[in-house]
Amino acid sequence: MRLWLGLFLLGVVLVSALLADTAGSWLGLDPWAPDLFARYAPPSATHPLGTDDLGRDVALRLLHGARVSLAVGVGAALMGAVLGTLAGMLAAWRGGLADAVLMRLADALLALPALPLLIILSALDPAMLGLPRGEAASDVLRVALILAIFGWVGVARLARAAAMSVLAMDFIRAARALGVPEGRLLLRHVLPALLGPVAVATALAVGGAILAESALSFLGLGIAPPAASWGNMLAGAQEAVFQAPLVALWPGLAILLTVLGCNLVADGLRR
Amino acid sequence: MSIPARLLQMLLTLAALSLVFYLLLGLMPGDPIDLALTADPRLTAADAERLRALHGLDRPLWARYLSWAGAVLRGDFGYSRLFARPVLALIGPALLSSLALLGLALGLAVLAGVGLGVLAALRPRLGPAVQGLAALAQAMPGFWLGILLIILFAVTLGWLPAGGAAEGGEPRWPFLVLPVATLAFGHMAAYARHALSAMRGAMADPWIRTARARGASEGRVALRHALPNAAVPLITLLGLDAGSLVSGAVITETLFARPGMGKLIFDAVMGNDYNLALVALLLVAGVTMLGNLAADLGQRALDPRLA
Repeated sequence: MRLWLGLFLLGVVLVSALLADTAGSWLGLDPWAPDLFARYAPPSATHPLGTDDLGRDVALRLLHGARVSLAVGVGAALMGAVLGTLAGMLAAWRGGLADAVLMRLADALLALPALPLLIILSALDPAMLGLPRGEAASDVLRVALILAIFGWVGVARLARAAAMSVLAMDFIRAARALGVPEGRLLLRHVLPALLGPVAVATALAVGGAILAESALSFLGLGIAPPAASWGNMLAGAQEAVFQAPLVALWPGLAILLTVLGCNLVADGLRR
Repeated sequence: MSIPARLLQMLLTLAALSLVFYLLLGLMPGDPIDLALTADPRLTAADAERLRALHGLDRPLWARYLSWAGAVLRGDFGYSRLFARPVLALIGPALLSSLALLGLALGLAVLAGVGLGVLAALRPRLGPAVQGLAALAQAMPGFWLGILLIILFAVTLGWLPAGGAAEGGEPRWPFLVLPVATLAFGHMAAYARHALSAMRGAMADPWIRTARARGASEGRVALRHALPNAAVPLITLLGLDAGSLVSGAVITETLFARPGMGKLIFDAVMGNDYNLALVALLLVAGVTMLGNLAADLGQRALDPRLA
């Protein structure tokens, strides 16, 4: 029930993201073209949800924002899942020093306030990290990478716990006694057992990354305008709460429903 | 681990963090001299080189870190470039303002969250409503709720200020209401969910039946017998929550233009104010770690099995 409700919400967001261009040509509007004579226009037939501070169509920008949010959320969560699974498996398999170092690092990252660290990482020069500067696609990649630096921790802890319980089982001893090489052992016998918990953590991480992206973009450190992201749309709307309070409603609602969808899917998978 | 060992570990972590922060800040584009160049067109390239040498900015990053760390250990935290005042003089009032916001929001989140959770555990019909509210609160971007509250209470009703801080003899509380509510709402969710499941578990324990058989009232059973047992996981959560609460305070302060540590860190990082950014970041990390330690100690005090 929760799973299906969550999948439905995410499906709606996915379809909106896919239809962004079609909807634009259908309405005959360009989501990036400013129209200074139609600033903060109320909802109408041409602009279903009104216009923003530069007279751009809010509904179209919401659809394009769905692309950015999904790309950042899924990208960060997948990178975090891969890193976390590797780290968790390594910690459980090697034990000893590798385990201690990885888990203390994870503890430290969990205990620290993430946002101040994200602010520093986002303020770094992307060129120094080998990324091109100032394009929407590289912004998405940069934000997803930064979020994955924190995102692997939750996955690693779950993967480590699951891997440890599998590695203690009899069939692992049997496989080792049969001479199965360690790499094959981890890949064929341990990894499949981790997929369940990792899937749950990844679904949760998508929602977490979408929230974090919106916070960073709201602070002006995430996706840079003119590209539309739900976070930077909110930042623009906040400056105009006195003139056009409604503009602030939609991007937040979109974030809320998407993150709710991710959390419901994670909850449903867990059961 | 004993308390002195924990404190020592904290200090080592802070020392390691200071190096990481210093290196990261050093990787940021532009240095203070670049900013001076953009501010004063009469400065020549030769002037810039001379200024860099004068302030030691031509030295390698690790040498600069060592001399900064040495000065800090001697108690010299330096001056803020942005505000032209000693770093410590800036941090004092900002820390107090942030702690007021954090303390009130945490208190409200715990009271409301645990209250709702306990209520839902005792009255099963309320369960779905509380769980639904918690799910919404957890999925909502905190700053969006803040914007909505500003629209309702500051713009439409005009009851409360939209942001800023009290000046002169103004009362302080109107400036705290919306930020505290914004920060508390999102964090309430986790406490409500955990309190609900912990109370459900505790109410099924055998000593609850014993207490009821002795004739204890339902309220006494819940508050005196079940709640203390349910509180242990909640205190664990308190420790885990410290970091995200501080993160939430950063964005809440920015949204409401409240002078505090969050805004100070943001301005300092954006303005290449290394001295201020480093000290403020380390302080925030230290406060978070102290919060974790306090949660650990509280847990041991409640549950003798852990000590």
